[in-house]
Amino acid sequence: MTTTTAPQKGRARPGSDRLVAENRLGRRLVLPAVIVMLFVTAFPILRALYLSLFDYWLTAPDDRKFVGLDNYVTALTDPLFWQATGVTVFIMIVTVSVELVIGFGFAMVMHRLVFARGVIRTSILIPYGIITVVSGFAWQFAFSSTNGFINEWLHWVSLGNFPVDYNWFGDTWPALTAIMISEIWKTTPFMSLLLLAGLAQVSEDMIEAAKVDGATWWQRLWKVILPNMRAAIMVAVLFRALDAYRIFDNIFVMTAGAQNTESISFLTYRQVIEQFSFGMGSALSVLLFLSVLLVAFILVKAFRVDLAQARQES
Amino acid sequence: MSRFWPRFGMVVGIILILIWCLLPVVWILSLSFKSEDSIINGNPGFLPSEGTFAGWDNYVGVWENDQFRRAILNSIGISLIATVLSVALATLAAYAIARLDFKGKRWVLSIALAIAMFPVVSLVGPLFDMWRAFGLYDTWPGLIIPYMSFTLPLAIWTLSAFFREIPWEMEQAAQVDGATSWQAFRKVIVPLAAPGVFTAAILTFFFAWNDFVFGISLTSTEAARPIPASLSFFVGSDPFNRPASLLAAGAVLATIPVVVIVLLFQRKIVAGLTSGAVKG
Repeated sequence: MTTTTAPQKGRARPGSDRLVAENRLGRRLVLPAVIVMLFVTAFPILRALYLSLFDYWLTAPDDRKFVGLDNYVTALTDPLFWQATGVTVFIMIVTVSVELVIGFGFAMVMHRLVFARGVIRTSILIPYGIITVVSGFAWQFAFSSTNGFINEWLHWVSLGNFPVDYNWFGDTWPALTAIMISEIWKTTPFMSLLLLAGLAQVSEDMIEAAKVDGATWWQRLWKVILPNMRAAIMVAVLFRALDAYRIFDNIFVMTAGAQNTESISFLTYRQVIEQFSFGMGSALSVLLFLSVLLVAFILVKAFRVDLAQARQES
Repeated sequence: MSRFWPRFGMVVGIILILIWCLLPVVWILSLSFKSEDSIINGNPGFLPSEGTFAGWDNYVGVWENDQFRRAILNSIGISLIATVLSVALATLAAYAIARLDFKGKRWVLSIALAIAMFPVVSLVGPLFDMWRAFGLYDTWPGLIIPYMSFTLPLAIWTLSAFFREIPWEMEQAAQVDGATSWQAFRKVIVPLAAPGVFTAAILTFFFAWNDFVFGISLTSTEAARPIPASLSFFVGSDPFNRPASLLAAGAVLATIPVVVIVLLFQRKIVAGLTSGAVKG
């Protein structure tokens, strides 16, 4: 970004007509985008906030009655809510950690790549571009005990110890494992591309200097490479963590929430669309929104990174 | 010897990446060629076993299914329209962000960031309600509007990162050389900005093509239902035994546009994904 010239800095004299005109033009140009973004987000979430204070069923819209914070009390005292939150946080922590490690490995390979660059780049973009629902189906069928190949392969690898008819979707942990594998498969490429961009910014001279000073490969990795790509790692983790926290598609396709694999997004969806319980659904929507804010807040605080800056300003 | 190990590691790494990325794709492809009858009785194994190879039967079956054909059409139409509109609005906004000094710039960027992190499911209830009141439920615009809102942040970031790199002085240089402002814009700026706009369009299209939450909750019939939703509701004749091979064929068809775009534009997509993402 050093090539960026900033002629606008020189032009901006306080109080000049030019500045006023530029100000007005700038706002006019961003206005349509801002309106579209807010129309589908801010307005509905405010409406959810309002509706969450009512006992309101879509099946009986005329019986709407004000109940104050009752819906929130019900939700927050219900073990189902905490169970779903627990599952969601578990999925978020496991998938992001695994993706970070594997994604970094991929980024290291791609960084040093001298041949087959195009082939690797193309293959790594396929999981990224594939529809999550398709990934969910592919893995669900792969883990299926009647039509999948995974049981057969595990049976072979374990020298016959793994049962061929093992039912992955019959219990919480195996089902969650299958869901997380689909999620990790699909999103690791994105993580690795972000890390690759960070890796490209680490100066080769510094690594070379450390090498000359006798640092081992492991020391170079931890003392030179990783600290110098801190910003890239943080942006990647932050975006993926918030994405993983909102997990929905894979759960919908692979288990539909059976065997206690419900995430907080799935629970909210089920209340609203399947039960038509709009008052309770709205309360859950607000709680989901707040919990995402909380996760974002914790991560930003933990990383001490100004995200707008990391993403926008050079 | 010291040359050997890094090379060996590299080759192993490449093979692992290829297996990781392509194994599930090959699997779903293989599944789509297994016969429907064999799936009902259980047909484990990676490749179709003897006598269970179905040829193109599943693809023909899927293609003859009206709902699925309609869903492909919906997905293509809705995703393309959303992409064009979103990129158009994002171009205006990104130009302002990259080039102009105005109050509220940080505010716009914060909104975009907040929306990129928004839990989509929390909007499903209120939007369901609103869309039915506005007559947008189960229509193309009913999906196009939310797709625009949620792709704008990505498009704005990608584009403003690209626009910052454009040497804008060239526009003035062209004008000094006697070009009108329109000519300067069309002949100098448009060719420089086009790759960025194009990249933003690809990323936007991927998002719209991939969306599932809006697709299942804001549609009820094949009037607007896109492919991912249609696939997930596709139960076949026996609701307790999903037709895995038919679904696999549908999934492969839904993946073809993605693969084509990736094959043609891989370099641009990588540039777009990483630009503006890592500038610490």
